[in-house]
Amino acid sequence: MAEMMYWEAIRRAHDEEMARDPMVICLGEDIGVAGGTYKATKGLYEKYGPLRVIDTPISENGFTGLAIGASFIGVRPIVEIMSVNFAWLAMDQIFNTAAKVRYMSGGQLAAPIVIRSPGGTAHQLGAQHSARMEKVFMGVAGIRVVTPSNPRQAYGLLKSAVRCDDPVFINEHELMYNMKGEVPDQEYFHPLEGSEIARSGTDVTLFGYNISVHWCLKAAEILDKQYGISAEVVDLYALSPLDREGIRRSVAKTHRAVIAEEDEGPVGVGAEIMAIINEECFFDLDAPPVRVHSANVPQPYNHKLEQAAIPDHEDVVNAVLKLFGKS
Amino acid sequence: MKLEDKKRVLREMVLARRFEERCYQAYMERKIGGFLHLYPGQEACCIGVMEAARPGYDYVITGYRDHIHAIKCGADPKEVMAELYGKETGSSKGRGGSMHIFDVKHRFMGGYALVGGPFPLAAGLGKGIQMKGGDEIAICFLGDAANNQGTFHETMNMVALYKLPVLFVCENNHYGIGTAIDRSTAVVDQYKRVCGYGIESAQCDGQDVEVVYEHARRAVDYVRSRKGPYFLELITYRYRGHSMSDSRSYRSREEEEMWKKRDPIFILRDRLIEAGALTQEEFHKLEKEIDDYIENEVVRFAEESPEPDVRDLEKYVLADRETQLPWLTGKVA
Repeated sequence: MAEMMYWEAIRRAHDEEMARDPMVICLGEDIGVAGGTYKATKGLYEKYGPLRVIDTPISENGFTGLAIGASFIGVRPIVEIMSVNFAWLAMDQIFNTAAKVRYMSGGQLAAPIVIRSPGGTAHQLGAQHSARMEKVFMGVAGIRVVTPSNPRQAYGLLKSAVRCDDPVFINEHELMYNMKGEVPDQEYFHPLEGSEIARSGTDVTLFGYNISVHWCLKAAEILDKQYGISAEVVDLYALSPLDREGIRRSVAKTHRAVIAEEDEGPVGVGAEIMAIINEECFFDLDAPPVRVHSANVPQPYNHKLEQAAIPDHEDVVNAVLKLFGKS
Repeated sequence: MKLEDKKRVLREMVLARRFEERCYQAYMERKIGGFLHLYPGQEACCIGVMEAARPGYDYVITGYRDHIHAIKCGADPKEVMAELYGKETGSSKGRGGSMHIFDVKHRFMGGYALVGGPFPLAAGLGKGIQMKGGDEIAICFLGDAANNQGTFHETMNMVALYKLPVLFVCENNHYGIGTAIDRSTAVVDQYKRVCGYGIESAQCDGQDVEVVYEHARRAVDYVRSRKGPYFLELITYRYRGHSMSDSRSYRSREEEEMWKKRDPIFILRDRLIEAGALTQEEFHKLEKEIDDYIENEVVRFAEESPEPDVRDLEKYVLADRETQLPWLTGKVA
């Protein structure tokens, strides 16, 4: 098994799927001649040409709609939206068309497109380049939401998403493109539904997805070494539909839960998981579940304020200690 | 247009008119719900353009005033009416309603209810055609008010840039909901608005179906021969309000009467009578035949069809689970 970076894994999935099926195309701003802002499409323009690797104007609603229309008649587009903040501009096409067209046509038409986009706080990008949108996507019927936390998932999720007949939103992270990890040498399809136990434990479950899985893993290590608390880390790579059964199973085992997300707290992913735990695991709980999330502010530019706005592994550790009455 | 084609086109326009008027009646009887946007007055637009294109072969997409476009592409009027009644036999199985008629087997790719929304989708159909390499074209019918959406400009830029085979047909009926075009739009001649993108365009009378046909023939040939996209503006008028909840208080009855003197059906009818190809009696007979057909077959079918089963409420949200299992589970054989 070779190690590769997150962006290389995404690039490999693009390449394999485009080589397999001439109807797979990719489009977005700067993805062709410029090679992609995060290099996820590097070299594909030279290999597949301008008809299949399409540099688009900076008009998100327009090119996302173009991809949707093309998908109606057999094209399999992978749309890169350079930053998830710009996906707000494409909301009409994503939510009013892609997510609804199968239903409102009585099953006659579907929009099997993939939308990939990085979100999250990187290095002082300010309010309009640091948003997270996964909670918005997961609240809408008709579109799947997945979010890879490592190169293996980034590769396998894109492969599965391209072949799935539903629209799929892949939530990546600004800070993860250079992350290294093992990716199987042979072709690999990561499931679009379910969750993974990233670390097994018995005393508390830490739920994370995308970058927050890494806070949870680091927190679990600290909890184990310094406090003798055994934490299980559940990686919720699929946010819609959510793996209710996986959530239930882990809480039934550990009886405590902490949910970590980078997004603002209100109406978030954590709120939804909290609701599931409340509905389905109430009598398994030894303590009320806790959420760890960003402050409810637009991301500030100032570095100190920015870091104060978002959580990290220490916040997860503190949340667990609070659960155990140790803080 | 040959004589027999003119007679068929007249028949199609009468069917379009009577179908829509019957919808009006069914709405007043509360048989049809939701919003209902009717087409009387504009018949020559869709029918004239599609007469020059290949219905059922070329891809067609439009906004919410979509019943007649679907029928002209080949949709069965019975299924369209059943859709308006919300029935399982409807063209979108009762899930779409008036604003979301779909008939994909006849390449009618849908009516969409967000103003300007279909522009980029039409570009996408053009992209799909470009990749598949056939000689189909994509035709996008939208009203004048849609041209003030950002999607109009985003799309015109892209179709010109990528040379996509899309014909845009602007049915300029002078009103965006209840606001007159000169009160919402800086340039009222819509065909001029695409010049900045280097797109060929023309404007013509949208009340005379033969004029529409001649202009559309040139436009369709242009797009089909892969010279690029084309924008055709048709000057027309809708007799009824924007939708059924519109009392038309924003315009005068004199204005409406003036347009009714240039009724698309009467223009063609009078021309055929003048040429000795039709008599007044034959025309009345035609109207009667169509009314009987709509009443006895179309409306009856809609009335007698079953409602969707409530147990199927969540059907069609996502693709069929069984066929998607390899991607949902990652277990690919």
